[in-house]
Amino acid sequence: MNNTISLMFAGVGGQGSLLIAELTSLAAVSAGYDTKQTEVHGVSQRGGSVETHVRFGEKVHSPIVTPGEAFAVIGLEKLEALRFAHYVDPKDGTILVNDYELIPGSVANAEKIYPHETIDFLKSKGLRVTALPASTTARELGDGRMANVVLLGALSTLLPIDQAIWEKTLKLRIPARFLEGNLKAFQVGREMIS
Amino acid sequence: MREFLLGNEAIARGAWEAGVKFVSGYPGTPSTEIIETLATRFPETNPRWSANEKVAFEEGMGAAIGGLRVLVTMKHVGLNVAADAFMVFPYSGTNGGFVVISADDPGMHSSQNEQDNRYLARVGKVPVLEPSDAQECHDFMIAGLELSEQFKSPVMLRTTTRLAHHKGLVEVGERKEVERREFIADAKRFSVPIYRLARRPEVEKTLTALTEYAETCSFNRIEHTDNKSVGVVTSGIAYQYVKEVMPDASVLRLGMTFPLPAKLLREFCSQYETVYVIEEGEPFIEEYMRNLGITNIKGKEIFGVIGEYSPGRLRSALALGNPPKPFVEGINLLPRPPMMCVGCGHRTVFAALKQLKVTVSGDIGCYTLGALPPYEAEHTTFCMGASIGVAVGLQEAGHDNTVAVIGDSTFIHAGIPPLIDAIYNKSHLTLVILDNSATGMTGSQQNPASGKNVLGEDAPKLDLEAFCRATGVGLVEVVDTWQRKEIVGTLRRSIAYKGPSVVIARGACQQLPEMKKRNIIPFSVDEELCTQCDACFKVWCPAITRTEQNFPVIAANECTSCIVCAQVCPTDAIKLMEVMA
Repeated sequence: MNNTISLMFAGVGGQGSLLIAELTSLAAVSAGYDTKQTEVHGVSQRGGSVETHVRFGEKVHSPIVTPGEAFAVIGLEKLEALRFAHYVDPKDGTILVNDYELIPGSVANAEKIYPHETIDFLKSKGLRVTALPASTTARELGDGRMANVVLLGALSTLLPIDQAIWEKTLKLRIPARFLEGNLKAFQVGREMIS
Repeated sequence: MREFLLGNEAIARGAWEAGVKFVSGYPGTPSTEIIETLATRFPETNPRWSANEKVAFEEGMGAAIGGLRVLVTMKHVGLNVAADAFMVFPYSGTNGGFVVISADDPGMHSSQNEQDNRYLARVGKVPVLEPSDAQECHDFMIAGLELSEQFKSPVMLRTTTRLAHHKGLVEVGERKEVERREFIADAKRFSVPIYRLARRPEVEKTLTALTEYAETCSFNRIEHTDNKSVGVVTSGIAYQYVKEVMPDASVLRLGMTFPLPAKLLREFCSQYETVYVIEEGEPFIEEYMRNLGITNIKGKEIFGVIGEYSPGRLRSALALGNPPKPFVEGINLLPRPPMMCVGCGHRTVFAALKQLKVTVSGDIGCYTLGALPPYEAEHTTFCMGASIGVAVGLQEAGHDNTVAVIGDSTFIHAGIPPLIDAIYNKSHLTLVILDNSATGMTGSQQNPASGKNVLGEDAPKLDLEAFCRATGVGLVEVVDTWQRKEIVGTLRRSIAYKGPSVVIARGACQQLPEMKKRNIIPFSVDEELCTQCDACFKVWCPAITRTEQNFPVIAANECTSCIVCAQVCPTDAIKLMEVMA
């Protein structure tokens, strides 16, 4: 193919997967890449599954990521990582997953039938899976909602974009009162991968 | 300067740069962000939410013949509502530039059907532009206004979901003010029904001129490669997928898909053994080519008509390989269906309708979720405003136990004529208006019942109960939507009432900025009083989950303090956090 980097962000509405996809796109733009992004959600995004596609490179045509080509699948929740795991490039791609479960409220008996074994299952398929305690870490940092930015920090170490650009992007996009916490969460995420 | 913009934001930006001075529309996925962007970033374009698409179109039509550059926005099915005006406008033609957005939704992400509005444009003899990326959304918006003025014709800018809802880099410019054109109140031109016979040939003259223009216009372009065997004719976002999957093919990209250029298509196809026609939606271009007698084409028989296109889909259709499928073997890939929001006021109404075992004729809005488990208390839904007419019809067919349910915005959009009809024709209609002061499903936009306009300024607020009484409804009751017992009681009275009755279940949408900003004291579970009876789980609030000890727990940062779970708790174990402290 070409040198385009494809990323798939998956999560539950409200978890902030769209925000970190957007931060990634803006960082890629800032680093001089042609970039496209698209979000797919159903009738109501609230509490439902949300997928955001990001692609950047020298020249990007399709905003849609094709299953099997993603350099990384970033799952903010285990079931959603599983739902989009087939997007990962089975040879060179990585699934970065928040080791965290959100039980679908609208499915009967969901707690009992939830695929708790997702991470082992995906590894057994020969995929490269990195499970990170992003929600736990974010809570320890003072706000569980920053799990998305912890994962973004981890992702940033895999992408050809300088740390300075990431930090500049966060500063531009995140409201001042949340900035300090998020910069910290981003840094902690970075250190999880090194 | 380049900006990273959504297709819809790029359209808004283009409209602003082109000196647009009037914008109207009705929210509808995937078109809504255009007017939202104009309202927040470019209010000098004078944007508004109209009561419905027909009104929006007519206001735009008036502003355009009055001499302004105009943009009107709607989703594909919105154009059905506006079709009466859309079909007649070409008979007079426009004065100032007039572009209408038809945002089609292949894949039906948030729509009831998958209609391809290029056919409506053909019926109306309105030229269609189809951009292929965010940059062209911006550029075609500007060029569309110029085209409109050049041919005195309204122009349709057709987007599809992926185009409208993807972001890309856009080279933007500054606003150029455009002088208002002179308006001559010429009945021979603008009073169409009287002068129709004189106007009819003018429509054909314009179409002929546009057809000639299509042969050489810059919206259509050929990208030749060395490949002499395979050519592709494509339009819209599908062009991007073609570039991705068939980088070596020669491409005729049609940016103007009505009228189509016969000569250009014939010439292009004559150079290749096989020409693939790749367009999202119906075989609009393909049928035209077949009618021209072009035979070396392959299209819908391999790519299909249903749903969105994607690079993976093209690859499969062209036998270039099948992308991997989701993991479903050996693991339980649970679905995650959408739910009503935490604190949504619709919950109590659907719980009551379920309890009362009535047939529910529903409408278009978030409350279509009432058709899904756990409620399954909405039995028919078709299109905007249909709840009332369908309920009247069901009652005429002997199903007396029918209740119509409609939201405030949808009621104003298309529910008023059927309500008046129901009264005039002596129906025993029971109507529930879910009044959440917002056009909720598209993102809580303002409407005439919300007391705010698109700019967030105070606006006259429609008095729904006075309005219903004025139409002749015998029993009108207003109830707080979070008082579940009162909802049941009010519904019972309304259903038993001999004559048309309306229940207004009132409570603001939790997604409204003022609702999100307010100071909320969340509810919390007192585990000492909780008997684990699970009654609160049957409220189906996403903020209620279980602890490891099987007690319910309410997420404090999600709770909207709507009180419904506390109402159902038989042991009063659910209390305001402050009270517990």
